[in-house]
Order: sequence, then C-alpha cells, then structure tokens
Amino acid sequence: MTLRLLYFARLRERFGMGEETLAFAGGSVASLLDLLRARGGVWAEELAPGRSFRVAVNQHLATFDTPLADAAEVAIFPPVTGG
Amino acid sequence: MKIAVQRECFDVNAEIGTLCAGRLDVGAVASFIGYARGVNDGSDVSAMTLEHYPGMTEKAIAALADEAAARWPFIDATIVHRIGRLLPGDPIVLVLVASRHRGEAFAACEYIMDALKTRAPFWKKEETPEGERWVEARASDEAAAARWQLPRQKM
Repeated sequence: MTLRLLYFARLRERFGMGEETLAFAGGSVASLLDLLRARGGVWAEELAPGRSFRVAVNQHLATFDTPLADAAEVAIFPPVTGG
Repeated sequence: MKIAVQRECFDVNAEIGTLCAGRLDVGAVASFIGYARGVNDGSDVSAMTLEHYPGMTEKAIAALADEAAARWPFIDATIVHRIGRLLPGDPIVLVLVASRHRGEAFAACEYIMDALKTRAPFWKKEETPEGERWVEARASDEAAAARWQLPRQKM
C-alpha cells in the first residue's frame, strides 16, 4: 500500500521536504513512525519517543494506534501555534 | 457558521453585520480579536509568517465550533484566521459568536479560541534581530484548553 505523507512548519524544514509518497507494509501510526525513524539522522532525532509532534490521518488528529489504510494522507507537524 | 482562512485583513464591523443580518433573535455578540505582537519571549519581532494545513484547518475549526455549539447553544458564529506574513499590530484571528443572551456568547467564544490554539493546524514563524524562529507551543495554551474538559458547570 501507499501513503501520502505531509510535513509542516519546523519539521518540513528539518526534513527538507513538504510531501512524499511512501510504500508501506501496513499497520498503525506507530509502525509508520518506526519506519521513518529507521532513516536515522533528523528523522530519528525529531520523531524520537518523547519529542513533541502531532500526527493527523486524513486530516483528523490521530494517535499512535490509529490504523493506516491504503492511500491515507498522513501529516506530521509540530504542536500548533495559531490564534 | 462562517469559517474563513485568508490572507486579507478582516473588517470586524462588516463581519458582525453579516452575522446578524435579518436576525431579530440576537441579543448578544461576543468577539475576540488576536493581534500580532512586536515582542515575544524577550525578542523584538519585526514580522511573522503564518503557515497552515489547507483542508485540515477548515475541518478542525468547524469541529471545535460544533463542539462549542453543542455545549452553549448559540445562534451563529464567524471565525476568520489569517495566513501569510503579518506585521506587529496586524489582526490575526477573529471569533464572533451571536446568541440570545451573553452567557452563551462569552463562553462559546472563549472555548473556540482555546480549542483553536491547541488543535487548529497553524504555525507561526517570527522574524527577530537574532534571525527567524518557529514559535514554540505554550504549556499555558494546553492548560487553557484542558480546563474545558472539567465537569460541565451550570451557567
């Protein structure tokens, strides 16, 4: 299956991209984060357990155990600072 | 309910006029306007740029406004949030809530702002003499949003 990943704000700058398409074996948000951390470098650093970031699946805030379906849009971003 | 994410400034009086047009049941309109400040965390801020997540932003704001409406039945609301580059003194966000009596309008307006601060996907980047920096989320904003989770009190 394939996921569409989006990154915003500070994480977009740190990762050096705003968007990518990723082949994914299936699983939850937690398994996707493991896959991204395995890239090492800034990925492992920014997505390390305990770091502050949010995940949205199909434009709704998600948790680590939210399941991911094929073609899901997954956004990873820092805590929001609008208003 | 009007929800808008836009670069242009908003006209508060025009928005109130639209919100209340043709309605004789409105007895109160509560408003909140958030402004860009020229100082933050000890540094002068010469400008800020607001980024958002198109698509999710509008849904997130609609969801929290619906929560407010379920809790404090109001007549209608307007929420406008600006994006792009703003200067100190520029308005950033407008929340208007129209209701029959002031209690619902005040409470819903405050709830919407507290929820927006922690759940609507906007991010601010400031320009300071030390360079550009992303604004960090504040624990006080999380606390402000969390207090609404306490058992509901009679108004």
